[in-house]
Amino acid sequence: MSETKNTPFLEVKDLRVEYFTKEQVVHAVNGVSFTLEKGTTLGLVGETGAGKTSICKSILRILPDVGARIPSGEIRLEGQDLLKISEKEMRAVRGQKIAMIFQDPMTALNPVQRVGDQIAEVVSLHMKGTKEDFKKRAEEMLEMVNIPKQRYVEYPHQFSGGMKQRVVIAIALACNPELLLADEPTTALDVTIQAQVLKLIGELRDRLGTSMILVTHDMGIVATYCDTVAVTYAGSIVEYGTKEQIFDHPTHPYTIGLFGAIPNMNVDEEWLHAIEGLPPDPSHLPTGCAFHPRCPYATEDCAKEGFVKPVTTPDGHTCVCCHIDEVLKGEK
Amino acid sequence: MGKYILRRLLWMIPIILAVAVIVFTLMTFCPGDPAQIISGSGTSEEDLAIIRESLGLNDPYLVRLGRFLSNTFIHFDLGTSWMTGKSINDSIAERLPRTFVLSIITLLLSMIIGIPLGIIAAVNQGGIGDNISMFVALLGISIPSFWLALLLILLFSVRLGWLPAMGIGGIKYYILPALAGCTGGIAGYARQTRSAMLDVIRSDYITTARSKGMPEFTVITKHALQNALIPIITITGTRFGAMLGGQMVLETIFSIPGMGTLIVTGVNSRDYPVVQAGAILIAIVFSLSMLVVDIFYAWADPRIKAQYERQGAKKRGGKAHA
Repeated sequence: MSETKNTPFLEVKDLRVEYFTKEQVVHAVNGVSFTLEKGTTLGLVGETGAGKTSICKSILRILPDVGARIPSGEIRLEGQDLLKISEKEMRAVRGQKIAMIFQDPMTALNPVQRVGDQIAEVVSLHMKGTKEDFKKRAEEMLEMVNIPKQRYVEYPHQFSGGMKQRVVIAIALACNPELLLADEPTTALDVTIQAQVLKLIGELRDRLGTSMILVTHDMGIVATYCDTVAVTYAGSIVEYGTKEQIFDHPTHPYTIGLFGAIPNMNVDEEWLHAIEGLPPDPSHLPTGCAFHPRCPYATEDCAKEGFVKPVTTPDGHTCVCCHIDEVLKGEK
Repeated sequence: MGKYILRRLLWMIPIILAVAVIVFTLMTFCPGDPAQIISGSGTSEEDLAIIRESLGLNDPYLVRLGRFLSNTFIHFDLGTSWMTGKSINDSIAERLPRTFVLSIITLLLSMIIGIPLGIIAAVNQGGIGDNISMFVALLGISIPSFWLALLLILLFSVRLGWLPAMGIGGIKYYILPALAGCTGGIAGYARQTRSAMLDVIRSDYITTARSKGMPEFTVITKHALQNALIPIITITGTRFGAMLGGQMVLETIFSIPGMGTLIVTGVNSRDYPVVQAGAILIAIVFSLSMLVVDIFYAWADPRIKAQYERQGAKKRGGKAHA
């Protein structure tokens, strides 16, 4: 393809996701746009309920059939809009081009099937060969995630949480996907295992040259593994730039609040700094900038619809705020 | 697993012995004189005494209980019917296969129709498929089998002449009874399958399966169904056990000499040996089908299998320490 030179690897444009019941509509994702270049890693950061998982699931089109819809948006993978292709074409993308690592390894594996078979299954769906080939590939994957291949025949209940997550990683990487969606891959694991699993994901990503979207709420993980960062709040991206830009010059009041919440280990602090208030109820989002009820810089204008627009900060990244001048001048 | 099955089989011995003792005792202390029942009214007191003596009714209770237990469990002889004078062993050998075949066919029909209905309902939760399936299920549970049996006879035997209306013979004699008997089962299976599938379909591993790029049909049949099997196996076991005890209504309507008619005639005419034999047989059949249910659990879910094996290991370990 001649046009691939200019089209980014993955481009998400104005994506919206809604969950609806008879009574109300929950706006989980509200016009999210970002791009991802081949071989790079994007960190999606934000609180619980900020729509991070919904973004990943819509890229893979595995939102629940009942009660979820994508009213608008484009998700272009190498120029092809994944929201427009047929379900059959999409099945060829899932597992093969895009794979996902889920949040909770305890429930992500089928409890009544052998772990090896669960890896071999995704191979059999996307690669040609005999049953023996699939099995061999599954054994290879087990070894790649540091599980002895003799444990192919065991069931998930015989594995620890960290091992289960490594099996999930093996399933995700078995077909050499070009894009890996890691949805808080370590939230459900304890801290020592977290480090191991993340290191493994990072190593395999580098070895296989996979692009990745890493969903997390841990700034430390972002600093180690990501190239670009998108800070999400109430289903929108409020600040978007390279890791250096975001970490060195956080501009959005919410991002600043997030960094402020990290305790300083060198000072004896009595209270942890938290952002005042609670994340908004996604079924009744505030008008205008969704963050304004909690924002120290908010003015009346912030509540006006369409007043707050994305601006480019002095170092060149994007921030959705109309008070960046004050933010940059008077650090609170 | 073999050890588990063996242990369960050994456990059946005290259960069935207990059932035998309880049934025999109840029958013994029931009011009424068996000799009178057998001979009918107007028999002379001398004749009654002879009958009592020949049946051993004059012996003390414990002697009779011992005789009954040794006949049943050592000689495997369930005795003779007081009414017909036929060997009960022969009657059961003749009748049990008919009830067995009828039960199997009925059960298979209910499963083949009920389980897919339940799956369709769960996959289209709240949609048209769900409503239609659940309507069929409601219909199935509301239609009395005797009424449906009569309608089926009217249509297929009287009008169309395709199938025999009654009696026994080849497999075609079982089709109408099974059709009439399966509606309740269809409803049961559809409802159970629906609720089990609804639980499973929302699980994370179903999302994992979808994210592998698997066709939805395979996701449902391969990943969801196996996890939803446990409640389905449970109702299969209980239904089967209950059916083998006899299906009185259907056997009567279709004139099938099966277990149901045997036991009910026995009860009506106070034919105590027949009633005792029937009760023991039902106990055995139930225990066996529950065992089969538990074996199928282990087959469907490796966690349950591991649990069985762990139980065995714990017992052995405990003994070793003691």
